[in-house]
Amino acid sequence: MIVGERKPLEEIAKMMQAYRKVLNIGCGGCTSMCLAGGQKEVSQLNRDLENHFQDQGGDIRIHELTIERQCNAEFFADLDEIIANYDAVLSMACGAGVQFVADRYPHKPVFPSLNTTFVGIDRDVGWYEENCRTCGDCVLGDTAGICPVTRCAKSLFNGPCGGTRADGTCEVDPDTPCAWYEIHKRLKGQDRLDLIMKVRPAREWVNQTRRSVIQEPYKERYTK
Amino acid sequence: MKSGGNLEAVLKAGHFAITGELGPPRGTNVEVVMKKAQPLKGMVDAVNITDNQTAVVRMSSWATSLLVMKEGLEPNYQMVCRDRNRLAMQADILGACAHKIPNMLCLSGDHQKFGDHPKSRGVFDIDSIQLIAMVKKMRDEGKFLGGEDIDVPPKIFIGAAANPFGEPLEWRVHRLAKKVAAGADFIQTQCIYNMKIFKQWIDQANDMGLTEKVYVLAGVTPFKSLGMARYMQKNVPGMDVPNHMIKRLKGVLKKQVASEGIKIACEQIEEFKEMQGVAGIHLMAIEWEHKVPQIVEQAKMLPRPQVPQEPQEPQEPQEPQEPQEAGE
Ligand code: SF4
Ligand code: SF4
Repeated sequence: MIVGERKPLEEIAKMMQAYRKVLNIGCGGCTSMCLAGGQKEVSQLNRDLENHFQDQGGDIRIHELTIERQCNAEFFADLDEIIANYDAVLSMACGAGVQFVADRYPHKPVFPSLNTTFVGIDRDVGWYEENCRTCGDCVLGDTAGICPVTRCAKSLFNGPCGGTRADGTCEVDPDTPCAWYEIHKRLKGQDRLDLIMKVRPAREWVNQTRRSVIQEPYKERYTK
Repeated sequence: MKSGGNLEAVLKAGHFAITGELGPPRGTNVEVVMKKAQPLKGMVDAVNITDNQTAVVRMSSWATSLLVMKEGLEPNYQMVCRDRNRLAMQADILGACAHKIPNMLCLSGDHQKFGDHPKSRGVFDIDSIQLIAMVKKMRDEGKFLGGEDIDVPPKIFIGAAANPFGEPLEWRVHRLAKKVAAGADFIQTQCIYNMKIFKQWIDQANDMGLTEKVYVLAGVTPFKSLGMARYMQKNVPGMDVPNHMIKRLKGVLKKQVASEGIKIACEQIEEFKEMQGVAGIHLMAIEWEHKVPQIVEQAKMLPRPQVPQEPQEPQEPQEPQEPQEAGE
């Protein structure tokens, strides 16, 4: 899941101050799952903005609409009908969703109200952890299902640096486990340490330009 | 000879080697470099020039290396993976070798979080082991990492670091083995205080035949004060300072702590001289360069050996190039 966090209210208000009629769009996908940009959070943000502008004496009306997902055109029908009534759009989707909205309505100013933070998991209710940087060339098979790109502070590929603490935490943060300490422990438990004994050569970074994926059955449809 | 440098010659001749360390200034103050370099002359076989150590910006390692060479010291040019991608690294290696810097030390580097630009973007395009392999490929195959030919490959003696004390302990000798497999010629270890753990590590390395393939220089840092010893024990990740050392420093008068620290270091050096698999020491007298002559003397490591250098093959003179047409 993609995890996001609401931006500070002042920052959002500053982006909105030039507009009179704003539509705040929630997303029913990831950002609703991580309690950052679903229906409930849209209403909360609108209340907060209204209070803010009341105090500041601004004249602004903010409506809300939450659609199933902001990253697929299929869910935009309701929005298409009403978008003309607004002079700006706030999106509570991840950065990908915000861009999809902006691309669909190129004449409307579109603003993000979240900071898209990472691809991660629910550690507990309201507690998320980053697990993948979408590097595009997954090595988890050799690293006991623990991502060195994301979870090692230096994205090392050949085992722990010299700084791993005595309790197995990372030198960078005593509250974060050293990824390589964990990889070593798990591989040892599975008797698969040989996987990390060989030098892993410098990798080719494949995430340095924008990527797209066209699945095999659709190749013909999208490529000439 | 891989590099034609002094450190390599000393080690190859079987002498017990010593390297020092010099941290570049936080500015263009050349005098500071000269002042730190002065006491090291004739005392060490090469001196490490740190690369933005602790992630704090300083004069670049290669530039400082050139300055100390003018002073007659041989540099060990450090390079960390934190600040450069593979293009910048290879370019700097060519430049360093063009200026006849004979040694380099390949490191991951402290995380930027610890330094003076904690929110900078860490590069870590490749890791330290991949860096070692890259330098070896450049030197021995005459090829860039990308595979293309190098016009006169660099000659350099490849160094790497090792920390026998980091967790998981049992992994540490395997990490050394990886560095050796990647192409390290010499190793400088983290500061050693826990001799027992170090001994276990070097014994393992001996058993695995690693010390036949690589020169291991044992890291020594004399305690300047009780505060320093305590700080290293508590606050430096991957450092193992046993309590009995702290006790020993506590047991002497305050004004004698520094000389006790040097005494401890010298006793360690005596042990290292006798230890199978240890080829020398790496003396990190941090901001204590002026004490180096005293320490080296007290450790009975003077005079430093003068090893005649093997003559380097003369380089082919370049064909004079045709003047190029304008606009090409
Ligand atoms: S290696 Fe890590 S960053 Fe890359 S795809 Fe796998 S989990 Fe994601
Ligand atoms: S301590 Fe572990 S997680 Fe942290 S930088 Fe070093 S290897 Fe990576």
